[in-house]
Amino acid sequence: MKDQHLISLTVNGEPHEVLAESRRTLADVLRHDLGYTGTHLGCEHGICGACTVLVDGVPARSCLMFGVQADGAEIGTVEGLADGDRLSDLQEAFSRRHGLQCGFCTPGFLMLAEAFLAENPGATREEIREAVSANLCRCTGYQGIVEAVTEVAESRRERA
Amino acid sequence: MSTTGTAAPATGAAVGHRVIGTSVRRHEDDRLLRGLGRFADDVDRIGQAHARVVRSGSAHAEILGIDTAQARGVPGVLTVITGADLAGIPPIPIRLPRGDEPAESLQPVLAADRVRYVGEPVAVVVAEDPYTAEDAAELVVVDLRELPAAVEATGTKPAATLEAGYGDVAEAFAAAEHVVELELEVGRHAAVPLETRGLVAEYDVAARTLQVWGATKVPVFNRGVLARMLGMPQERIRLHAMDAGGGFGARGEFYPEDLLIPWLARHLRRPVKWTEDRAESLVALNHSRQQRHRVAAAFDADGRLLALRDEIVHDNGAYLRTHGLLVPELTIGMLPGPYRVPAYHAAVDVVLTNKTPCGTYRAPGRYEGTFAREHLLDVAADRIGLDRAELRRRNLLRADEMPHVRPLRALGTDVVLDAGDYPGLLGTALERTLPWRAEAERLRAEGRTAGFGFAVFLEKSGLGPHETADVLVEPSGLVRVHSGGTSLGQGIETALAQIAADRLGVDDTAVHVVNGDTELQPFGLGSWASRSTVLAGNAVDLAAQAVVERARQVAALMLDVPQAWVEQDGAGFAAGGRRVELAEVAAACAPGSRYLEAGTAPGLQARRVFEADHMTYPYGVHVALVDIDRGTGHVSVLRYLVAYEVGRAVNPALVEGQLLGGVAQGLGGAVYENFHYDEQGQPQATTFMDYLLPTAAEVPGVVEALVTEDAPSPDNPLGVKGAGEGGITAVGAAVANAVRDALGLSGDVGHLPLGPGRVAELAN
Ligand code: FES
Ligand code: FES
Repeated sequence: MKDQHLISLTVNGEPHEVLAESRRTLADVLRHDLGYTGTHLGCEHGICGACTVLVDGVPARSCLMFGVQADGAEIGTVEGLADGDRLSDLQEAFSRRHGLQCGFCTPGFLMLAEAFLAENPGATREEIREAVSANLCRCTGYQGIVEAVTEVAESRRERA
Repeated sequence: MSTTGTAAPATGAAVGHRVIGTSVRRHEDDRLLRGLGRFADDVDRIGQAHARVVRSGSAHAEILGIDTAQARGVPGVLTVITGADLAGIPPIPIRLPRGDEPAESLQPVLAADRVRYVGEPVAVVVAEDPYTAEDAAELVVVDLRELPAAVEATGTKPAATLEAGYGDVAEAFAAAEHVVELELEVGRHAAVPLETRGLVAEYDVAARTLQVWGATKVPVFNRGVLARMLGMPQERIRLHAMDAGGGFGARGEFYPEDLLIPWLARHLRRPVKWTEDRAESLVALNHSRQQRHRVAAAFDADGRLLALRDEIVHDNGAYLRTHGLLVPELTIGMLPGPYRVPAYHAAVDVVLTNKTPCGTYRAPGRYEGTFAREHLLDVAADRIGLDRAELRRRNLLRADEMPHVRPLRALGTDVVLDAGDYPGLLGTALERTLPWRAEAERLRAEGRTAGFGFAVFLEKSGLGPHETADVLVEPSGLVRVHSGGTSLGQGIETALAQIAADRLGVDDTAVHVVNGDTELQPFGLGSWASRSTVLAGNAVDLAAQAVVERARQVAALMLDVPQAWVEQDGAGFAAGGRRVELAEVAAACAPGSRYLEAGTAPGLQARRVFEADHMTYPYGVHVALVDIDRGTGHVSVLRYLVAYEVGRAVNPALVEGQLLGGVAQGLGGAVYENFHYDEQGQPQATTFMDYLLPTAAEVPGVVEALVTEDAPSPDNPLGVKGAGEGGITAVGAAVANAVRDALGLSGDVGHLPLGPGRVAELAN
C-alpha cells in the first residue's frame, strides 16, 4: 500500500493541497503534481542545483527534500520572480549579460542568486563567483551569470 | 572584455535596417527566464505510463536468461519487455555512415544474448508511475555468465583501421634535420548536457499516427529511422523538437530509447514517458575523445615542417553507434590544421572495448588532434631552439596561399581551406596577451609555478549537403520561419529571426522561428557540426529574398506602377511617394484579393533550400596563463583568451557566448573530467561527485573573447562560419602547453586530463 499524506504548501503565494507519497520528492510534487515545471532536475543527487527553490526564503535542493517535509512551508519558484509581464531585475540582467544559453540551469541560478543577495547585499564579485559555484551550468562558462548577479547587487545597493 | 570587427553590409538588404551583426536580445530568454521553457520532462499526456530501462551491471557477459515474473507482479506494472519482444528490429543505425563499418559492431536496441558495457539496455519496465517502474526494474533478474572485459584499447584488435595522407612521408623523415616524436593520450570525457534525455510518445490508434516529444537535434533523420524500425510511413510520425538543456553533440541522436519508448506507446496504446536519470545518463549517453597518439614531425634546419605522421588508437567503447567512424575520421582529416604540411600520413585503429559507446562531443577529433599537434610543436620548438610562436609562423599557411586545397577528405567532403589570415590572428592574440608573459615572470619571481601557453587551431563548420527553410508573412505583420535547425541552447532562434528580419526590413521581434518540427519542416537536417547558422541561416536568407521578390510584384499591383519602380523601404515598399506595408502586401495575397493574380498561389511565403558543397573553415588561437600548486598538483587557470575568426557574426553576443561556454567545457576535459573504469570495466564516474564538471570557481574569472570578421566565407552569401566549437577546440592544447611551460618540462605532459595526481607527478 502506498502511504499518502495530505500536505498543504504555498507556492509563490498560491495555497495548494496535495496528496503525496512519503518518498515523493519536493521537486516531483512541484513539477508534476502542481505544474511548476520551471524548476528543473539535472542530477537528483544534490550537486547541480538546477532544482533550487526557496523554502521559507532559504534556498534548498528540491531533489533532496521530500514533499511531505514542505508541509506548511512557503515555497518560491522561478515562476514567481516576474511581476506579470515585467521580469525581475535579476532576470533582466541574466538576459542582458548573456547569463543563459539553453536555460536549463537558469531557474536554479536565479533562485540561488535571489537568496544569496537577500542575505549578502554587500557581496563582491568574487563572493558572488564563489556563491554561484554551488550550481552547475554546462553552457555559459559562468561569466555572464557572475556578471548579471554582480550588476544586480550593485544596482540594488545604489537604490537602497 | 571583447572586440568585434565591423561586418560588411549584406548584399542587397534593405537600406538603413541592419539586424545582422547586432547583439539583439535573445528570443529564447523570456520564456526560459520565467520557467516557461518546454523541456522533454515538462510534457505530460493524459493517461501516460512511465518507463524505466533495466541496464546491464556487467561490462561483458553472456545473457543466460532474464526473469521478469517478479517485476510483472508488482501492482501498477503494465509490461516488461526484453530483447525477445523486439525480434526482427534492426540495430541502432549510424547517422553518418561511410559504408565500411563492420555490421556486427552495431548496437542492438535491447541486448539479447550478450552485454558489452555497463549501462547497456536489457529490458524495459512500464508502470503507472515512475517510482513504481523504478522499484519493479530492480526486480528484473538478469542471469549472466561473466566474460573477460576489454578495458584497454591498446593491444586489442581493431574493428576498423582508417588511413589518410599524401606525399612521401618516409623520405621526408629520412631527410629531416629534426625529428620529434611524442606519445600523448586524451582521456575519456563527454558532452554531459545538464538536461538528461527524455521522451514522451503517444500513438493515436484511430489515425494510426505517432507523436514523439523530446527528440531535439536531428528530428527528421530520427523520424525516418523510427519509421523504418516500426514499419510505419514516416508521414504518420511527428517529432516535436523542444527546448533542450544543451546538446554538444551527444543529445538527440537515435539511441535505443528512441525506439523503445515509441514502440511501447504503440504496443500499449497509451502515452509512455521516459526521463533518464543522471546515473543512467553518465553511462548511456555517448562518451567521446579517448585516443592515444604517437605523433611525429620532421623539420628542416630552419624549422620548416617537412612531414607530419600520426598513429592513433581510438577507444570507441562497445559499439559503433550514432556516429560510426566519424570521430576517428575527423581526427586524421583535420590533424594538419592550419599549417603547410608537405607530406602527411595518419592511421587510426578504431578499437571496441567494454565501455560506453562513443560518439561526438563538441569539436570531435579536433580537440584531440589539436592537443597532439600543438603540444608536439611546443616540444619541437624547444628542441630546435626556436621561439614557439616563430616555429608556428614559419609553418602557418599565409593569406596569399588561400584558398588552400588539401588532398584530404573530412566528413565526406574535400578539404578546401576557404579564407583566412592564420599568422595574422596569431600575432593579434599574442600581442593582446603580452602582459600575461610578464605576469607569469612576476609570479615565478614570487616563487609560484606559473606558465604561459597557446595553441593555434583550425575548425570546420557548415557541413551540407543542404538545409531548407520556409518564410511566411502573415497579414498581422508577424513573420514565421519554419527551419530545419534545432535549438540546443545556442540561440539559433534569434540568429535566424535576425536574418529574416534583415531581409524583410522588419524588426527581429516580429519574426517567430519554429525549429525542428518534422511536420512544418520535413526536409530539415538539424543542428550539429556548427552548421545551423551557415546552412539554416542561408536557407532563411534565400527564402526571405524570395518573399521580398514576390512582395515587390504584388506591391507593384497595389501601387499600380511597373515593378521596376518599386523599392523596398523598411518594412514596406514604396514608389512615387506612396507606400504599402509588408503586412498589407501579405493581406493582398489572400484568396479573393483583387491583387492575387489568377493562377497564382495565395499567401506571402516561400520555401527555399540552400546547398553547400564544401565545409567552411573558421580558425583561432587559444592562450592560457596557469598557476600550479606544486603541493596538491592543482592547475588553476588564471587568464584565458580565445581568438576566433567567424567570417561574419550574425549576433556577436551569441558568438561570444559560444566561445566562453566552450572554454569552460574544454577546461573540464583538460583538467577535471574523466570517465574512468576499473579492471572489470565497471565505470567509476557515475555521479557528479565522481565526474567533475567545472564550476564558477574553476573557470577563470574573466575569459577574453576576441571575435574577428576579417575573412568572410566565400562559400555562402552571408559569409558566415560556424561558431559552435571554436571555444573548446584548443583548450586541452593551450592548457597542456601552459602546464609544460610552468613546470619547465623538456618533454611532454603525457596525457589529458591534467588532474592533480598527474601534475604532482610531473612536478617532481
Ligand atoms: S537536481 Fe537537485 S541538485 Fe541536481
Ligand atoms: S545555460 Fe545550459 S546549463 Fe546553463
